Amino acid sequence: MLVILVLLIPLATTLLAASFAWRPWIGWTSAASSAGVLGLGIALCVKTSDHAAVLAVHGALRADSLSSFMVVVIGTVSLLATLFTPRTLRQEIESGVTNARYARHYVVLMEIFITCMLLAVLTANLGVLWVSIEATTIATTFLVSHRRTDGAFEASWKYVILCSIGIALAFLGTVLVYFAELHVGGTHHSASLDWTSLMAIAPHLNPDVMRLAFALLVLGYGTKVGLVPMHSWLPDAHSQAPAPVSALMSGVLLTVAFYALLRFKAIANLTLGTSYPRALLIVVGLASLLLASAMLIAQRDLKRMLAYSSIEHMGLLALGAAAGTPLAIAAVLLHILGHGITKSVLFLSSGEIYHLEGTTEIGKISGLLARRPVLGGIFGFGLMALLGFPPFSLFLSELSMARAEVDVGLWWVVAITLACLGVIFGAFARHARQMLMGAGPSASTGSTSTAGSVALPLITGLVVCALIGVVAWPLQSLLHSAAHVVVP
Amino acid sequence: MSTTYVGALELASGAVLVSAVMTLWRRQVRSIVTMLSLQGMGLAAVAIILAVHEHDKALLVTGGLVFVVKGLVVPGLLRRVSKLDSNSRESEPLVNVPSSLVFAAVLIVLSYVVSSRVTSFAPTEATHLTPIGIATVLVGYFMLVTRRRAVSKIVGLILVDNGIALVTFLLTSGVPLIVELGSSLDVLLVVVVLQFLVVSMGRHLRTDELAEMKALRD
Repeated sequence: MLVILVLLIPLATTLLAASFAWRPWIGWTSAASSAGVLGLGIALCVKTSDHAAVLAVHGALRADSLSSFMVVVIGTVSLLATLFTPRTLRQEIESGVTNARYARHYVVLMEIFITCMLLAVLTANLGVLWVSIEATTIATTFLVSHRRTDGAFEASWKYVILCSIGIALAFLGTVLVYFAELHVGGTHHSASLDWTSLMAIAPHLNPDVMRLAFALLVLGYGTKVGLVPMHSWLPDAHSQAPAPVSALMSGVLLTVAFYALLRFKAIANLTLGTSYPRALLIVVGLASLLLASAMLIAQRDLKRMLAYSSIEHMGLLALGAAAGTPLAIAAVLLHILGHGITKSVLFLSSGEIYHLEGTTEIGKISGLLARRPVLGGIFGFGLMALLGFPPFSLFLSELSMARAEVDVGLWWVVAITLACLGVIFGAFARHARQMLMGAGPSASTGSTSTAGSVALPLITGLVVCALIGVVAWPLQSLLHSAAHVVVP
Repeated sequence: MSTTYVGALELASGAVLVSAVMTLWRRQVRSIVTMLSLQGMGLAAVAIILAVHEHDKALLVTGGLVFVVKGLVVPGLLRRVSKLDSNSRESEPLVNVPSSLVFAAVLIVLSYVVSSRVTSFAPTEATHLTPIGIATVLVGYFMLVTRRRAVSKIVGLILVDNGIALVTFLLTSGVPLIVELGSSLDVLLVVVVLQFLVVSMGRHLRTDELAEMKALRD
């Protein structure tokens, strides 16, 4: 029942937003619906904490502790993003960027987007998982092109073409898994792509087929995750979309695709052992990390900087998953949550900076801390959280991932990672100094106060992120039970 | 095993690949769309032949769905896009047509090499034809990379998709119906999205030559 309710809430909000013209209260309803999803996600976590799975609709929907954890992540980030819906749309309508008609489209598409992500993590069927992730592409394409500028159209064109190519590979991979499932033990029997039954027969799947399938899945879902070599859509789409959309895409959409990889990796591990999946993930993870650090050094645009940082963090997740021990996966999941909150706080504040300063070019923004202490402070602390400073939770998760990697003998991976993180730290420090400290134009430009409706959610987000970092114990059993789903 | 079944299956699968190669050869968008329509029908024929052979009702439904979506609706949508565009020729592809055809031949050989390990563990008449599907996928990717017009890129994407659908039918007699329904719907929506983008870009950028899209880069 809980599982169905999680999907029904955003679905009902979609219908509501579709049937009324745009009014601010629809935006607030959308935020309330995200809060509802978050609450139900927490309830699901409690219910699945004893390693049991909750089934619904004749087993078509299935929530184990991994799915429940992902529902919480989706709920948290979408709550942050949807709280900014009324404000973003009001600003855009006032400045003539959009009108009531497109504002209505925006809310409807946001809710469809959130529903598709929830379906992706709650379905029991790996084929339906593919369908829902592909469906997020369709909803987000229109959200990326929401501002209808040349850049926005270009970004959404690249996004839809590249993601469709990538996700097609993932489909081929899924079909190969199905083929392997059909021919287990040489006999032709019924197969369904159902997660539970696949895990039960995984050791008997044909290894040749699974090797090819897993490579295609890494490449295919890797496109959606933003892993090199299929990452090039990401900086464009994230820089052109409205800030709340970038927050949702970067904060959860990437990691929902990563969730799909975690599931398939569990199956591949049972069929092929650990070395092959590990090697593939290390290659894409390190490549992403190296590329992101190279691109961050000379980055000129604030939102593109945040986008490349997402590629970096997805690379870290891939490396953590490569290690694959229960500790590593628990750290990966904690990192997913921490990155989701931090990155959405940063994207949302970058939206506010864009609104106030009229630009996202790093060179043109300066003296934020002196002129807008609250917004500048949020942004500064957000960057610190993103770089993995204690007490924020990313520190804890990066440390645990590194420890897990050393445990399985991947110390050389940790060495390269640390070198990259050093470079990235330098790059961020330079950009942050320019934006936060640099000599401001003149003290008189713009207002200095930041609205409470902006500051409060963002500060709360950062505080939650720090609290998780300091007192991770309430999450510990949850994380371990979730990791247990993919590391039996 | 009836030879009619094998012959029909080979013919229909062959038609899918031949029409893929034909799209590389033709330059007029309208004739390329006709090829796509033929390809969709060939694909539907593969599904229906398999369904009749295996007495599989779900697959028969899938075949009908494929016929409507890939044989009629998707080409219809593309035809509308090309009508909006007065200059509907692929002006100068990055690789010219004769070289493209040579490349296509290389890709077909390559796909036989790639598929041999996968199909060898479950050899049937249908799985032996899998390389044809893989070749269609590769031809689609080739088209995506070397053609510059937006419409041609969409055609490339559809070729990739049809190739994967052919692999699916030949290897596994189709995925579960719910997945098939979902993926057909997704494909249809992607084409709608792309059509919308081509039209809006035509209005905003006044071109769909993608080489001219250079606003975003590092």
